[in-house]
Amino acid sequence: MFGRLTLDALPHDPIVIAATVFMVCVGAATLCFVTYFRAWGYIWHEWLTSVDHKKIAIMYGITAFVMLVRGLVDASMVRAQQAIAVGNSAGYLPPDHFDQLFTAHGVIMIFFVAMPLMFAIINAMLPLQLGTRDVAFPVLNSISLWLFIAGAVLMNISLTIGEFAAAGWLAYPPLSGLAYSPGVGIDYYIWVIQISGVGSLLSAVNFVATIIKERAPGMTLMNMPIFVWTVFASMTLIIISFPVLTATLAMLSLDRFLGMHFFTSDFGGNPMMYINLIWTWGHPEVYILILPAFGIFSEVVSNFSQKRLFGYRSMVYATIAIMFLSFIVWAHHFFTMGAGANVNAFFGIMTMVIAIPAGVKIFNWLFTMYRGRIDFRTPMLWFMGFVFTFTLGGMSGILLSLPAVDFQINNSLFLVAHFHNTIIGGVVFGYFAGISYWFPKIFGFKLDERLGTYAFWCWITGFFTAFMPLYALGIMGATRRMSHYSDPSWQPFFIVAGIGLVIILVGVFIQFVQIAWSIYKRHELRTPTGDAWYGRSLEWMTASPPPVYNFAIIPHVHGHDPLWARKQYPHPSIPLYTNIELPRNSSVGIVLAACSLALGFTLVWHMWILAALSVMGIIGAVIARSFVTHTEYILSAHEVARIEARSNAL
Amino acid sequence: MLFDYAYPLKVGKNDIILTMMQSLRNAVTAPSLLSGFVLFNPQGPVAEAQMHIFFTALILMLVIAVPVFVIAAVFAYEYRKSNTRARYMPTWDHNTFGEFVWWTVPTVVIAILAVVSWHSTRDLDPYKPIHAEAAPVRIQVVALDWKWLFIYPDEGIATVNYLRVPTKTPLAFEITADAPMNSFWIPQLGGQIYAMAGMMTKLHLLAETVGKYQGLSGNFSGAGFSEMKFVADAVPPESYRSWTAEVKNASSTLDMSTYARLRVPTIAHASTTYSAVDPDLFTTIMHSFMTARQKPEYHQNHAGTH
Repeated sequence: MFGRLTLDALPHDPIVIAATVFMVCVGAATLCFVTYFRAWGYIWHEWLTSVDHKKIAIMYGITAFVMLVRGLVDASMVRAQQAIAVGNSAGYLPPDHFDQLFTAHGVIMIFFVAMPLMFAIINAMLPLQLGTRDVAFPVLNSISLWLFIAGAVLMNISLTIGEFAAAGWLAYPPLSGLAYSPGVGIDYYIWVIQISGVGSLLSAVNFVATIIKERAPGMTLMNMPIFVWTVFASMTLIIISFPVLTATLAMLSLDRFLGMHFFTSDFGGNPMMYINLIWTWGHPEVYILILPAFGIFSEVVSNFSQKRLFGYRSMVYATIAIMFLSFIVWAHHFFTMGAGANVNAFFGIMTMVIAIPAGVKIFNWLFTMYRGRIDFRTPMLWFMGFVFTFTLGGMSGILLSLPAVDFQINNSLFLVAHFHNTIIGGVVFGYFAGISYWFPKIFGFKLDERLGTYAFWCWITGFFTAFMPLYALGIMGATRRMSHYSDPSWQPFFIVAGIGLVIILVGVFIQFVQIAWSIYKRHELRTPTGDAWYGRSLEWMTASPPPVYNFAIIPHVHGHDPLWARKQYPHPSIPLYTNIELPRNSSVGIVLAACSLALGFTLVWHMWILAALSVMGIIGAVIARSFVTHTEYILSAHEVARIEARSNAL
Repeated sequence: MLFDYAYPLKVGKNDIILTMMQSLRNAVTAPSLLSGFVLFNPQGPVAEAQMHIFFTALILMLVIAVPVFVIAAVFAYEYRKSNTRARYMPTWDHNTFGEFVWWTVPTVVIAILAVVSWHSTRDLDPYKPIHAEAAPVRIQVVALDWKWLFIYPDEGIATVNYLRVPTKTPLAFEITADAPMNSFWIPQLGGQIYAMAGMMTKLHLLAETVGKYQGLSGNFSGAGFSEMKFVADAVPPESYRSWTAEVKNASSTLDMSTYARLRVPTIAHASTTYSAVDPDLFTTIMHSFMTARQKPEYHQNHAGTH
């Protein structure tokens, strides 16, 4: 019944015990808090079963920030170990624990911070920018959210019960195979990613369908905001690449569960195939994350320069070019695997070619600023930080793309510095720009500007302090993932990198304070109309926060920046409200996720009977859902008029 | 010059990159500060060519990056909201000439870089033998958990975590693993290549000068990975020959049963030499993965290795 799960799986290490106690206390406190205020009904009806894209966005965001804290704790522990583990000092962590930390850091930051922040922003803004009432499949959207949360929960369970993978964030076999990793860590890794990966794939299908089918009348493809274009490209990448990830990890789990030989070293298995497949997903993945960030920057630069976006067509073509190119560069992650020179040269050159559309985008943003009226609010600060940081990251990327050079810096801390440079400077800064820009849209009040500025400066100085030493260490021949090193001349660089992380942590702390302070001061920060920044696109046309139906009357679009155009040529009209059909809440998402979580956990521990029950639960929930016929309700025109009369819409 | 295409910024005898690096070294009063940057302190033609391409690409990229930084700073300052004297053109969103320029200039730069990349990749292919006056020395490398085994098939000797090579002599490495994937890397001599079980990769290097260089694994391979280091000791050819003779006279040999004990996972294995080695050891290790190659001893000894 309980497979290989025994009491031995409970934590023995004092650090892990402390983390477990902390998690249990926070969880218990939350439950007590909710129970004390008798908020269970409210939370269940208004949040857990909600299919409203705005609420789903908020839940993605909250989970992302919680996981961000865990990812940062992992990063801090790695930095602390490397700052002291030199020469005769072994540091404070045994290698096995250290290896789990950097693995968990990578998995959490990509799958449970970057991805949900992206989905939070897309969920919040895509329907509003398209001028529609919700995504194409609202219940599916809720299922995606809850599958993602199930993955996150399983990730955190691995901290307490058993162990997490210790084979790096992409779990290369044969190290991740049964022969070298017999424990449950890799199995946790597999099911954490499989469950949340299904959620990501379903989200992508949903958003692509929304963009294709749900645009406001008159919004041709070439009239869509650039953010929508980038989401379209990014979600297309998910649809093509995530099945590869799922299949690859499925084969790895067959190796581990049924003793097959897809990726083992022996019996004709081929670990190189895994490395090829995982990067067929892994390289598009970085563009999945960065493209929406590019879209956010396009909106932010145009808005805060109070000017039309420069070179809209170029931007669209550049986005599509990046989308295609991202699929033919994967082998640049392993030039050192022994492929022939011609193969390496092809993938190296294709990688460089991506710099062309990326460069065009940067010039277009800069020329959007040209002859504008730039208001340096926090979103614009993140953009300026991005231009300098990301260009630097692009340069180190080109260096890595030259196979002859890559042979010297692959797997080194130079590489680690490079991808943090692009992911923090591009993705993280982009999403923070998006959050500070669109926060007033979703919540009705702005984030405190002063604290936002402080957070920005902490992040940017912290970033350079933390990662420039890693570039240097890479040049000094330091590889990634070392729990110990012998050269004492490296230590000062590691210590400086640690100081940089502390500065970033201060920045994150300020961001949390900023949110709390802004909620406290929400009446002063409230935006008098829905239009917080003198906006240009449809999302600012409705109230902030938007009513459940987003738009009482679906707007008609005649070109770019429809709201801007309407402000230039106002034509007041008397609104004629009609009945609005809206989706009912559904608990199918949370039920499916609970069953999936149970399935993941039981598979990790080889509890086959319980796993079969979980599968039956999943099938049962889907069947039960198919019998629900009343999936929608009608909000009467009268009610809509009443809500609109109280709203602050333009 | 051994690798011609790696030196595009070389006009006649004037090598821009090397001159720059030399003046950089001269400018710094304490050379020890710079010598730690091993990639910029190459001791063989491969590493030197790789460093050369690094700086060539860096200089070419500055053609794009410097204008970006300057434009970003100037525009941000000039068109700040408070500067009401600056022109404001809220509907200006297209300029064919401008867009032509910034599609074209990056394309040209990338095209130049692509030519550098194409030729240097073929020129510095790790599988390509290096030609020099001296006959090449063949070395078989086996990555084990967590140590490096070096077999000198022509001398019939073997070492662990210690590599002695003659200078100015081509080194032909044949690399495999009896462990998870590792990466064989001596940064000051040249780039790395993966060591994988059941197959062989190749790497050709040459040490120009006498010295002890750090050798390591570039790819994470488990708990003992950090200590998977060796010394690459480049000595004059004569002293290399006398060393091989000396090793041959030692007592310990590496036969299959010694190997079975050697492949048990250990961390920070002491450097060892073997006077004789089974001539088929390397192929036997490689071919052993054709069938079942489970590692039962791995689990039993794993805990004891810390």
